[in-house]
Amino acid sequence: MILQGDKIVKQYNHKGGRINALDHVSFSVNKGDFVTVTGPSGSGKSTLLLSLFGLIRLSSGTVMFDGKRIDNITDRHLTDIRKKSVGYILQSFALIPYLTTIQNVMIPLALEKIPVNEQVKRATEILDYVGLSDRKEHLPRELSAGQQQRVAIARSIVHHPQIIMADEPTGNLDPTLSLEILEFLKKINLDNKITIMMVTHSPIAAEYGTMKLHLNDGKIVNQKS
Amino acid sequence: MTISKLVLIELWKRKSQLITGLLAITLGIAVIVAIQSVSVVSEQNVARNLDNLGANILVLPQGASIDDYYTSDIDAPTLPMDYVERILTSTIAGVDNMSPKLTRRVKVGNQSVVLTGILPKSEIASKPLWQSSGLLGAQLKTACAPSSSANQSHGMEDTKLQRKAIDTLYSEDCLVGSQVAQRLKLSANSKINIVGKEFKVVKILSETGTVDDDRIFANLKDVQTLLKLENQVSAIEIMGCCNAISEGLLGQLRNILPDTRVTTIGQIVSTQIETNQLMKKITLVMLIIIFFVGGISIGNYIWANVNERKREIGILRMMGADRSTIYKMFLLKALILGIAGGILGFLLGTIAGVVLGPYLAGIIVKPLYLYLLWSVLLSVAISLAGSLIPTYLAAKFDPHNNLQED
Repeated sequence: MILQGDKIVKQYNHKGGRINALDHVSFSVNKGDFVTVTGPSGSGKSTLLLSLFGLIRLSSGTVMFDGKRIDNITDRHLTDIRKKSVGYILQSFALIPYLTTIQNVMIPLALEKIPVNEQVKRATEILDYVGLSDRKEHLPRELSAGQQQRVAIARSIVHHPQIIMADEPTGNLDPTLSLEILEFLKKINLDNKITIMMVTHSPIAAEYGTMKLHLNDGKIVNQKS
Repeated sequence: MTISKLVLIELWKRKSQLITGLLAITLGIAVIVAIQSVSVVSEQNVARNLDNLGANILVLPQGASIDDYYTSDIDAPTLPMDYVERILTSTIAGVDNMSPKLTRRVKVGNQSVVLTGILPKSEIASKPLWQSSGLLGAQLKTACAPSSSANQSHGMEDTKLQRKAIDTLYSEDCLVGSQVAQRLKLSANSKINIVGKEFKVVKILSETGTVDDDRIFANLKDVQTLLKLENQVSAIEIMGCCNAISEGLLGQLRNILPDTRVTTIGQIVSTQIETNQLMKKITLVMLIIIFFVGGISIGNYIWANVNERKREIGILRMMGADRSTIYKMFLLKALILGIAGGILGFLLGTIAGVVLGPYLAGIIVKPLYLYLLWSVLLSVAISLAGSLIPTYLAAKFDPHNNLQED
């Protein structure tokens, strides 16, 4: 088991009252799983995804990653785990606008202080893997939406993470490009045995999951493996 | 890719913002450098002009007054000649020249005159009469005021050429003040008997309108022997560097000569001190203004940059950048701005000083290259100080909220 949540609660204060964005959510993910998280807007999908590695602090509950409890560790340790073991893909691609494709892909390696030569070698290989070797020196604005998302995917796997957290990765793409990206994520999952946890609205995308979680009002109402 | 390269790329891609950010700090440093460039030359000129007035410190025996120094009574107290050696062997800086003197009122015939023993090579010829006497020696080198060649380079030629020493005044030779010469009907090469010893008048000094007109100057050793005051002097006149006086030279002299009275010619010193203090105050006020204006300006620029890059900060935090990386990003940017602002400010200020100095202050200003270092250090300090709060807040941003910024 690579990731486990137990009775996760996230509460927000809103207009004098409290809202449970996550209400005692429990789940287990095995290494190599492709987990899809579905649910209506406001059901807590993105909150769950972002809270597991500390981008949102939990109100209560426990999170275990790779056999270690991580919900109660310091921000510095959580940052270190994100740096070394987690890759993120967001709906809006989250590329840094003034950096070229290859520079964007090299950022996770730079944060790990990997030598520049090695960074270039690994980023070049990954860009070749995602089919963007001819776009290395392009800025994000010079790429199509699909290409930008492939850059984001390349960036999420360049440092060999154990798990990829994808938040609506196809949300900004047309159906054809969405399928292309989903196939790509499946390929990464199978080729590299990287666990993927993907939040999606799309029933088609949800079908790619080997494990499916469905949330409503902050609770898991359906779980299929 | 490194964080440093990321910062440089960001700076380069947002050049217009970079120029805006640099403007305030550059102009601030330029103003300071320009003021300092002009004021340093002005201070040197004031120091030189005041030094030209001659000795400005008197070392008198304990209990002696300035009146004793001028009236030269027969029983006026004296101090040991060794004190000159004591000053010479000390580590005190700012003593440009020393002139020990033994002065006594004596009878020549039926006339009362003041006999002054001097050491020719040390004597400070502070008055025009010495120049016209034709006994000029080499020009003294002074510690604080620039040499005449330096003067020329600054367009402030020392036309009076007053700071000269007398090369020779042989035993049994004397110089005679104009009033004494008239009263005793003396002329050059005539003989004069002073306290039983015959002296040759080598020069009649031109009238100065000072007490020196009533004096006869002879070799100090001769006068000490004549007056039976071996190894004693009435006073030591010191030409102290005016800057050094304002910085505590008198106190240092009093420390090594505790049983003497060390006094200054107040007006000269106070003028110098006031001038220096005024310059320092102006510079300090400018420094404070620049520090706040520059710091706030840089802080504002960095804060705008932080807000503009909230999402980028969120992305980096999401990917594993810790807070120290965010600190590094923005403080490195501030450091680069500081260095660039310091260099540009120095260049701009120096050019302004060099170009405007002759027009506005009537002086020729040369670049003060040491100020490049100070400009950069000051600019970096202002830039970093101004950036601390925005950087701290940037590192504290919630990554999740920032990721949602579009």
